[in-house]
Amino acid sequence: MSILVYINSNGNKIAKNSFEAVTYAKKLGDVTAVTNGKADNAILADLGKYGASKVLVDRSFDGTDEQQITRMVATAAEKVGAETVVFSDDLVGKAVAPRLSVKMNAGLISSATGVPQGDGTVPVNVFSGKAFAFVKANTSKKIISLLPNSIPVEEVGGSASIEEFNGNAGDTRVRVKGINRPEGDIPLPEAELVVSAGRGLKGPENWGMIEDLAKALGAATACSRPVADADWRPHHEHVGQTGVAIRPNLYIAIGISGAIQHLAGVNGSKTIVVINTDKEAPFFKAADYGVVGDAFEVVPKLVEAVKKFKASN
Amino acid sequence: MKVLVCISKAPDTTTKIAFTNGDTKFDENGVKYIVNPYDEWYALVKGLELVEANGGTVTTITVGNTEDEATIRKALAVGADDAIRINAVAEDAGQVAAEIAKVAKEGNYDIILVGKETIDYNGSQVGAMIAEHLDLPFVSLGESLKLNGNTATLEKEAIGGVETVEVDLPFVVSCAKGMAEQRIPNMRGIMAARTKPLKVVEPSVNSTQTTFVKYALPAPKSAVKLIDPNNMDELVQLLHNEAKVI
Repeated sequence: MSILVYINSNGNKIAKNSFEAVTYAKKLGDVTAVTNGKADNAILADLGKYGASKVLVDRSFDGTDEQQITRMVATAAEKVGAETVVFSDDLVGKAVAPRLSVKMNAGLISSATGVPQGDGTVPVNVFSGKAFAFVKANTSKKIISLLPNSIPVEEVGGSASIEEFNGNAGDTRVRVKGINRPEGDIPLPEAELVVSAGRGLKGPENWGMIEDLAKALGAATACSRPVADADWRPHHEHVGQTGVAIRPNLYIAIGISGAIQHLAGVNGSKTIVVINTDKEAPFFKAADYGVVGDAFEVVPKLVEAVKKFKASN
Repeated sequence: MKVLVCISKAPDTTTKIAFTNGDTKFDENGVKYIVNPYDEWYALVKGLELVEANGGTVTTITVGNTEDEATIRKALAVGADDAIRINAVAEDAGQVAAEIAKVAKEGNYDIILVGKETIDYNGSQVGAMIAEHLDLPFVSLGESLKLNGNTATLEKEAIGGVETVEVDLPFVVSCAKGMAEQRIPNMRGIMAARTKPLKVVEPSVNSTQTTFVKYALPAPKSAVKLIDPNNMDELVQLLHNEAKVI
């Protein structure tokens, strides 16, 4: 079966969730990757490690305009006779996959968390992580968008051949005027480890220890809604139902009580650690490990313990 | 200007999720439905702000049966001028988008706003699908929108930051937090909503691309393991050896 997978290689970088998408596609059939922009061939050839045999690259346009990408992916799908197109359910995938679904008349299964079952249904996340559904596409062609951190990346070896092609991307009508992206931070949706704090921290001046812990772990930092609303932290760090929904391997929640709206954005995390003075905080019900204690005493001790562990491993 | 806002209902955030009919159907017993918060707080209120500043009308559109009229009236109470209900049960995003696009095409709207996702199916699909049906530009996860004549400048969520984009009318935008502030309907709005026009149109597409075959609840979580606040070495060891996350 021919499977096409869209890769965002913008900025000459391929995100981990794109490797997850290739790993996923490899479980379904023969994989061709498609991308646009100026990424080096050596970087694109790396997709072979995860199972792509070929990479189609359209060098005529840069950027993430979803209408251009939609046209390019449709052209590539036609060219390789793809029966299924796989996306990562990231910011670009969320905007492109639905457009492509209309263009190709292909049923879109979004928020997928696993491979198709024996009956052809695909498990997906629904009700903000409070349930799963098993969804079937009724069309001959299918599109699946895979939630980040749903499956482990698997290296199967090999190097992909690179073929430049014309994806008939056409013009863009969304003009990018600028991107404000803090340097050096780990983007939250891609982070495997996240350290997050809430109102329990009392003020923005106390975030130093949160950053220390994140740095010691190699984690991204996040915050709860009241913290972003009070401008203690930037809005793109707000995780929860109304902010960014994340599913890292480890989520450490410090001084966050765990309101249902917050849980809805983080309950896909594999392991949850909660540090809170209030032993009745609802978050402890969702946690794997809990520390009932004052963050101002516990967090510096945790930073030291992590540093000691890292030094000896 | 003519603004169209797509409205859907969603179970209240605190709803206990359960399924019936051999786990093939969402158990609606006792469920309180609300206007999907992203549709109401951000898409609808932004639509109202645009019309307040530039003149024109805000129309809401919903794919739903008569039971959806309570949520439609709520949107009218917040301030929309009129509403369209496409008389069908919403079954998947593809069907909803195709039905809405068909009606929207005839209405020649300047801006079509949708919420970034519904809080039940979280698909984030309908806005981009409508844009493709109508061959319009789409801006996803808009956090602000300023209009200058025929051109809009928007800030949108980008990976790890915020992107500023410019787009000419007409276009479709999905609205995230930051786009507008929630408005609470007042008594005058609620009274006025009763008599505002609600047009019912019959569906014309009648096809779905996907089927939700069955549902499942996640396995219950085992009880939290409490660690002594003075023994953070133990927590680190558990994260390494037991959870295997560091």
